[in-house]
Amino acid sequence: MKILVCISEVPDTTTKIRFTDGNKALDTAGIQWIINPWDELALTRALEIKEASGGAVEAVTVATVGAAQAEPTIRKALAVGADNAIRVDAPATDAWYVAVQLAEVVKSGGFEIVMTGRDSADYNGASVGGMLAALLDYNTLSSVSSMALDGGKIIAGREIDGGTETLEAELPFLAVVQKGIAIEPRIPAMRGIMMARTKPLQVVPPVDTGCLTENVEFELPKSRGACRKFAADEVKALVDVLHNEAKLI
Amino acid sequence: MSVLVYAENRDGLFRKATLELLSYAAEMAKAMNTHVVAIAIGCVQTDELVKLGQYGAVKVLKSNPDFNILDIKAFAKIIVAAVEKEQATVILFPGSINGSALAPAVAARLKAGLVTGVVALPTSFDPLVVKKMVFTGKAFAATKVTTPVKVLTLSQNSFGVAEPGTGAAVVEEFGVEAAKSAISLVEVKKQTGKVLLTDAEIVVSGGRGLKGPENFGLIEELAELLGAATGCSRPVSDEGWRPHSEHVGQTGKIIAPVLYIACGISGAIQHVGGISSSKHIVAVNNDKDAPIFDVADYGIVGDFKTVLPEMIAAIREVKAK
Repeated sequence: MKILVCISEVPDTTTKIRFTDGNKALDTAGIQWIINPWDELALTRALEIKEASGGAVEAVTVATVGAAQAEPTIRKALAVGADNAIRVDAPATDAWYVAVQLAEVVKSGGFEIVMTGRDSADYNGASVGGMLAALLDYNTLSSVSSMALDGGKIIAGREIDGGTETLEAELPFLAVVQKGIAIEPRIPAMRGIMMARTKPLQVVPPVDTGCLTENVEFELPKSRGACRKFAADEVKALVDVLHNEAKLI
Repeated sequence: MSVLVYAENRDGLFRKATLELLSYAAEMAKAMNTHVVAIAIGCVQTDELVKLGQYGAVKVLKSNPDFNILDIKAFAKIIVAAVEKEQATVILFPGSINGSALAPAVAARLKAGLVTGVVALPTSFDPLVVKKMVFTGKAFAATKVTTPVKVLTLSQNSFGVAEPGTGAAVVEEFGVEAAKSAISLVEVKKQTGKVLLTDAEIVVSGGRGLKGPENFGLIEELAELLGAATGCSRPVSDEGWRPHSEHVGQTGKIIAPVLYIACGISGAIQHVGGISSSKHIVAVNNDKDAPIFDVADYGIVGDFKTVLPEMIAAIREVKAK
């Protein structure tokens, strides 16, 4: 059986976001691109599942929809341990467009387990995994925070409001994963980086579809007023302000 | 034409996120000159369904009470059937865990444009343009939807719950043949009586400055006193001092309470992204130059070990009056 992990590249989470072109586009000057944090955790767990499977999982493949400049990010995923990669050669315009491309990748590759991150740290669509599962009609769970392969079945834990559920799911299966699925992402070792250079990275053309949404303009949050500071011995004064003046408590 | 709302229930009751969503839907329907229909899946008592009328639903579709867990595939099929029956052009989901899971499943089946994390009413209806959060709380986008049917999820605490009116919704049985997914529940663990982080009006959060899990008793005590939820920063959940479900920030939960109290949290950009929509922020930190003070409205420069007990005592005092 084969696992597909869908990844995208996003600005490093410490990036100070700026816009350009009259607030119509992200200013990419100086941005460091990283694997979307949730996708990176998904990949980490996928590799652990493969290693624990005693050969039942033959390979972990990563797929991304993006232009050639996304390749360093894909190589990083290969360096971390993915066996091979697929890049759909098209800009990731909106969630629908990306999900349609990935559905094609899943179908032509025969992947029975698909993992995606819960959200992406750029445009926060939080949609690709859910759309992909619908397009494939796979069994699916969201906010998956633990996952294991048990025989031919998936045992997964997911967060619910105020608690957790443990569930058993049959294949084919798509997991939309969140924090907890893995804690620390794997860091590529030198040997992994060397090996990544020669691992197969297949570039495929996109299938024909449109996009359904478009970000027309951006804005930054309004800056907040100055902080009203109190000294360590003025706790009572702060509580008084919060209670009587701001009426917050 | 109609606006269809997925009325999520928890243990058979409609909570704040659902009522907020209906309040939002009612305003949208008014602007579109149409009405709101809600759909509830799972076991909910009729009087609870009727109550949705107070928040603007004219009709509630009561569907498939035999589901005890979220079954994304089956629920999406039921909601799509409701969309077709009610000729809905706008479908709204709460930005809760389950609402966020269902919206893309429904949107993909309808090939409808989806905008998640919406924070305000549309600025335009034709074409539909809505404001949403992007870059994990660090910016907003105006997003245009180009399809005839639109799906939106509303960020929790972004709109507020309207004052309930006197309306009563008509309840209509709406059973749909939807095969269950090959997924079964093994175990469920629930904490009862705890305020949910994403629902809470007040959140009290602790960071690495608290030095260890043993000091979170102070955070819990303050939260309980204020009827607040507890949260934490990323290093705290990574270290296992607190559960991941409490992690506030870019890769955890993005929240918008009325009051956020950050204790021993330095204010890394990843954390600030998760709290920037809070209406008011109070910071307690012993480093006067900590970046958290750049986003806080009120701050105390001091050690949590002395500040928090004093704060708890002072709040007890004002509450007793």
